[in-house]
Amino acid sequence: MEKKTFGITLRVWKQEQGEQTGHFEIYKIDGLTGDISFLEMLDILNEKLLKEGREPIAVESDCREGICGCCGLVINGDVHGPDEHSTVCQLHMRRFKDKDVITIEPFRAAPFPPIKDLVIDRSAMDSIIKAGGYISVNTGSAPDANSIPIEKAQAEKAMDFAACIGCGACVAACPNSAAMLFTGAKIAQLSLLPQGNPERNIRVLNMVKAMDSLGFGNCSNEYECEAVCPKEIRISAIAKMNREFIKANFASEQ
Amino acid sequence: MKLDSKIPSGNIQQKWDNYKFNAKLVNPNNRKKFDIIIVGSGLSGASAAASLGEQGYNVKLFTIPDSPRRAHSIAAQGGINAAKNYKYDGDSVYRLFYDTIKGGDYRAREANVYRLAQISNQIIDHCVATGVPFAREYGGLLANRSFGGAQVSRTFYARGQTGQQLLLGAYSQMMRQAAAGTVKIFPRREMLDIVIKDGKARGIIVRNLVTGELETYLGHAVLLCTGGYANVFYLSTNAANCNVSAAWAAYKKGAGFANPCFTQIHPTCIPRSGEHQSKLTLMSESLRNDGRVWVPKKKGDSRNPSEIPEDERDYYLERIYPAFGNLVPRDIASRAAKRMIDEGRGVGPTGQAVYLDFADAIAKQGEDKIKEKYGNLFDMYYRITDENGYKTPMRIYPAPHYTMGGLWVDYELMTTVEGLFALGEANFSDHGANRLGASALMQGLADGYFVISATLPNYLANAKFNSVSESDDEFVHARESVSSKIKKLLSIKGSKTPTEFHRELGNIMWDLCGMSRSEESLKKALKEIPKLKEEFWQNVYVPQNEKFNQTLEKALKVADFIEFAQLLVKDALERRESCGGHFREESTTKEGEAKRDDENFSFVSVWEYAGEGKEPILNKEELKFENLKPTVRSYK
Repeated sequence: MEKKTFGITLRVWKQEQGEQTGHFEIYKIDGLTGDISFLEMLDILNEKLLKEGREPIAVESDCREGICGCCGLVINGDVHGPDEHSTVCQLHMRRFKDKDVITIEPFRAAPFPPIKDLVIDRSAMDSIIKAGGYISVNTGSAPDANSIPIEKAQAEKAMDFAACIGCGACVAACPNSAAMLFTGAKIAQLSLLPQGNPERNIRVLNMVKAMDSLGFGNCSNEYECEAVCPKEIRISAIAKMNREFIKANFASEQ
Repeated sequence: MKLDSKIPSGNIQQKWDNYKFNAKLVNPNNRKKFDIIIVGSGLSGASAAASLGEQGYNVKLFTIPDSPRRAHSIAAQGGINAAKNYKYDGDSVYRLFYDTIKGGDYRAREANVYRLAQISNQIIDHCVATGVPFAREYGGLLANRSFGGAQVSRTFYARGQTGQQLLLGAYSQMMRQAAAGTVKIFPRREMLDIVIKDGKARGIIVRNLVTGELETYLGHAVLLCTGGYANVFYLSTNAANCNVSAAWAAYKKGAGFANPCFTQIHPTCIPRSGEHQSKLTLMSESLRNDGRVWVPKKKGDSRNPSEIPEDERDYYLERIYPAFGNLVPRDIASRAAKRMIDEGRGVGPTGQAVYLDFADAIAKQGEDKIKEKYGNLFDMYYRITDENGYKTPMRIYPAPHYTMGGLWVDYELMTTVEGLFALGEANFSDHGANRLGASALMQGLADGYFVISATLPNYLANAKFNSVSESDDEFVHARESVSSKIKKLLSIKGSKTPTEFHRELGNIMWDLCGMSRSEESLKKALKEIPKLKEEFWQNVYVPQNEKFNQTLEKALKVADFIEFAQLLVKDALERRESCGGHFREESTTKEGEAKRDDENFSFVSVWEYAGEGKEPILNKEELKFENLKPTVRSYK
């Protein structure tokens, strides 16, 4: 059975390494079918460019199953593309039709400096975790795993927040480039678990400080982050973070 | 090549304690004088960085992606095994040990596996303490589910994202050490060579993937936590960055490569849909807790699954293996699927699939319950196939997933090169010829958190270290050889892309050395791979850019995969028995099941590099079974 194929036009952001800005370049690609993924479509294009002796588009992905958080593009203005709560790697061409013009840009945010074309540097998010996104416990010193029961609903809620893949979509979607959903998710996860309790005050103070100093903005309740989050992290993470922050400030002895 | 597995004395229960008591220690004040290089940031690398950092060693960690949190351990779905026996269903450390040895078809080393089973319980304790939100029962205690190859329920899980949660736990512990200053992280670096001086691993050469510069790092020990090589098949469930290059560099510097032909084909993956396919997506084995695998009884039955009545369906795993049913180990399930498809009973548009059906489980438990357990997997299945797995059976097909083979290591996880260690999937040690589900996470964290932190000090305390410098001949030569390899790749200016070569290699490997292997097919592969290698070095095209150049990265990986493939096939040819994931058509029972040959093949194949253009040398580590008697592995 012959599958019906279609063709599209791409407008892709090209930016040389070390340059301050870039431009859109136009590419045409034919012979697509709906079961090709969006990244496989870019693979096909890049293979074609290589065959023509041209430099391929720099674009990143790794696991291609929506969990590593490596891929991240703005497609026709939508962070991670048109599918709701999904990553780019899970998007398939069946969402597009013949003669569509598709614009592809990198995630844009001041704390995510560009490297080349669609590739950016998101290491600022590691710096936020480094400021306190952990529980201080040395290997080998833990009590039996069942010594502290945790209410099922509470554990599930912690898991909802822990599901963050660190892709940075929340930052890219926010008009203020805030990393509050990302930071709030980690704070909410750890403050919902009894193991995270001893450090909850110092954790939120340090992580918020790091977030601010790295150039991420503040929340102005646009809800864009929640709308694009591939793991459906709720904006209640931010509310939780704010409550923890206020409590910690009162509790702080400094 | 000397193979001293350094198995401690005493009975199996006491070996690890004996080892730890007899091992030399490093005084807390002296630890910061030792530089430890860790390559890879998956479960074993991140947890090793955390535990060694906690002890006060000076750790440098290198990783390919922009953040260490993206390593491919993140994609593990189903769970992690431990012998907690919280269910009181007959589990014990000894039973986990037994299941793992049996599951590996009696091709793993007893002492290592027993230690793994012992440590499994500490892993769960530690993970819970670090904030891993495992699934819980209503009473607030930890929940378990079942996995293949076990008749107890010992798998701990966090929805279908267990690998993610465990990796983020280890990553957060590593970041805590980064904050403390004991761990320094170098992202966007790819290790291209290891430097040996005075017989010891003393440093690495990495390529900075952003600037393209070659950087040199010195250390007192090098830990390779670089994962497996399933991407040698091109299409696998591995991430794009997974590669064999670090292990291959170690092999060429004198580290023995063990059992390369032991590769695992996972039975439940989403089938490929066409030429464009870039990877295969796994559907967790945990789905076989509730999903039933079937094909139509009639050949070429192209009706919709809903139109095929119950009595015209063959639930073949339940039929052939009633004791384990749908939860037989992966190698058994994959081969059974292949047999059904070879008989012409495959389903779907290509006929290259079997059904995984949840209708019964949904009828019994309700859709909500199934959604709670596996929701993210059903979502993923829908996004990729455009089909609703709650309404119609999933279509699945086996795909390369994990590699049991890897660098040979002794009980201390040291390779045959002094000071060079291999952890996690990168080593060969614990899974024999077939890994049980939910055991990879267990091994990665055992090696990183608990084993290396006890064995590395013994090496450091005993070794005599001479001073080293970047300008030593050994470092200069290593940099020059890497640099000339890169220049060569840039200069060929051929007409085929690295991906085209990779795809061709994958076709050779899958067709001739995949789920089923014969002397004829393997000999054919041994002829085809060198031809591909020759063509690669004459006709590959890499754009002229010495900085950020993803095509160059790919070319370097493919070049190593092609060379390594030859070794894998050679190993498969030498092992004229069927065992675990390695199925030789010449060695089968009357029913077509794998037939092991303990008399002639109860050993680990350890391959030694003999130099460019020379045949590798086969060394053997005999396997001694003092506690478990190798028997015919039956799941019937």
